[in-house]
Amino acid sequence: MTIETIKKEFPIFSRRINGKPLVYLDNASTSQKPSAVLDALTNFYTTSNANIHRGIHTLSEEATERYEATRKSVARFINAAVAEEIVFTKNCTESINLVARTWGHASIRRGDHILVSALEHHANLIPWQELARKKHAKLFVIPLTSSFELDMEAYDKLLSRKTKIVCVTTQSNVIGTRPPMKEMIKKAHAVGARVMVDGAQSVGHQRTDVVSMGCDFFAFSAHKMLGPTGVGVLYADYDILETLQPFLYGGDMVTSVEREHAVYRDAPWRFEAGTPNIADVVAFRAAIEFLEEIGMDTIESHDARCVAAAREALAGFARVRVFAPESGASCVAFTVDGIHPHDVATIFNSEGVAIRSGLHCAEPLVKDLGVPALSRMSFYLYNTMEDVAVARQALEKVFRIFSLTSNP
Amino acid sequence: MDLYTETILDHYEHPHHTGTLASPDVHVAEYNLLCGDRIELDCAFTNKGAIADVAFVGSGCALSQAGMSILSDWSIGKSRNDIAALSHDDVQSMIGSPITPARLKCALLGLGALKRIYEPYHSNS
Repeated sequence: MTIETIKKEFPIFSRRINGKPLVYLDNASTSQKPSAVLDALTNFYTTSNANIHRGIHTLSEEATERYEATRKSVARFINAAVAEEIVFTKNCTESINLVARTWGHASIRRGDHILVSALEHHANLIPWQELARKKHAKLFVIPLTSSFELDMEAYDKLLSRKTKIVCVTTQSNVIGTRPPMKEMIKKAHAVGARVMVDGAQSVGHQRTDVVSMGCDFFAFSAHKMLGPTGVGVLYADYDILETLQPFLYGGDMVTSVEREHAVYRDAPWRFEAGTPNIADVVAFRAAIEFLEEIGMDTIESHDARCVAAAREALAGFARVRVFAPESGASCVAFTVDGIHPHDVATIFNSEGVAIRSGLHCAEPLVKDLGVPALSRMSFYLYNTMEDVAVARQALEKVFRIFSLTSNP
Repeated sequence: MDLYTETILDHYEHPHHTGTLASPDVHVAEYNLLCGDRIELDCAFTNKGAIADVAFVGSGCALSQAGMSILSDWSIGKSRNDIAALSHDDVQSMIGSPITPARLKCALLGLGALKRIYEPYHSNS
């Protein structure tokens, strides 16, 4: 299996959209799934389906073993020290909410400062807005520079002993900006703050090492990295994780229960109340192994080639404005002068090309960019130079339909 | 491309009833917050409370702006009851293009604005 022939591993690419072969450029929303993942899902339900951590029968033991094997794979994949630092949730958003509701509830006091970057997806913004409101803490935003990078001078000024947590993404879901994580985390730790990292956009696209990055919390979703929907991950430094109160309460997260009180399990199981998404967690392991076989460095440089080709294709249109931060990876956001992004996306779709348009669950960021909405092409390992060429043709069609010359 | 008919594109590029009225009886605004579509609509009534004239300014996709233009043409002379009776289906057939569920809210932005002009809160008739 090589990256050149990888598209055939993904059954969905036999689909036609409006009579045209599917060109899928909405990978920042969710990725497509290879047969290996679909087979793992079917295989689990066909051969080992049972509830976990409960039965002593063979199927329950197998299901438990396979569920816990994914935890080990995830830990290895992001270089966590131990598998017990990995908590399974339902998505990245829930992972961040878990931190806000447990660590945040216990640690944030009136007047404390919470820093969020201007790049954040609503998932790493709204939980902190709510926490700040409830605790009478103050929320500050690390702004963008004019070249769409995070303003490190402003960050330095915002940081103080009052800062209790810094919330930052590894990669913007809208414009692809990759902030300098190590530098930001080191500076946050220097004032005694924790760092919540939203890794959803980068974890399937570049090598992740939570230890060398130095973050306290790292959240992501399986579905953006070839895995099934319904599986999120929270990594937390175990020294912090073991001090946190549970997030949800009920079965499976307890060691003993009496009518009046209960004793909770150790982390990470303390945070996984009720029957988890067993089958999807099991199948997630196949996604990780698929990515490992291709190699994260190979994927990162493939993405970079796609981004470079897309930027070059768009540069040929004077009416097109491209948002291209130097650190930008995996996606290209753009607007077309005189044409709303929804019209652009509708016409792309008529050519079989799936792109995202609108506010991208990052409304304050889009406002900062000074546009009402924008379109985004986002790439992954199965995209080809041919896909970029089809997208370019779709853009020419946009100009044709609206009777605009592409170069006024 | 079925959605972008000549009618839609013509109304988008040369919308009817744009601008503002010199002395409107009501001024309403309707937004699709998630798309960033916006319409502000002025309306003047006849003595009997029917629509004498409308004018709108807006920004957004072709469907939302063309839809408002088409509805503006239709609305002149219509009564409160006509506006109340106007349905999603009516608007779809006026627009005349097949509209996918994802684009429906664009097409119906103008309808939302029209319905607002007779909301008691806005109306002085």
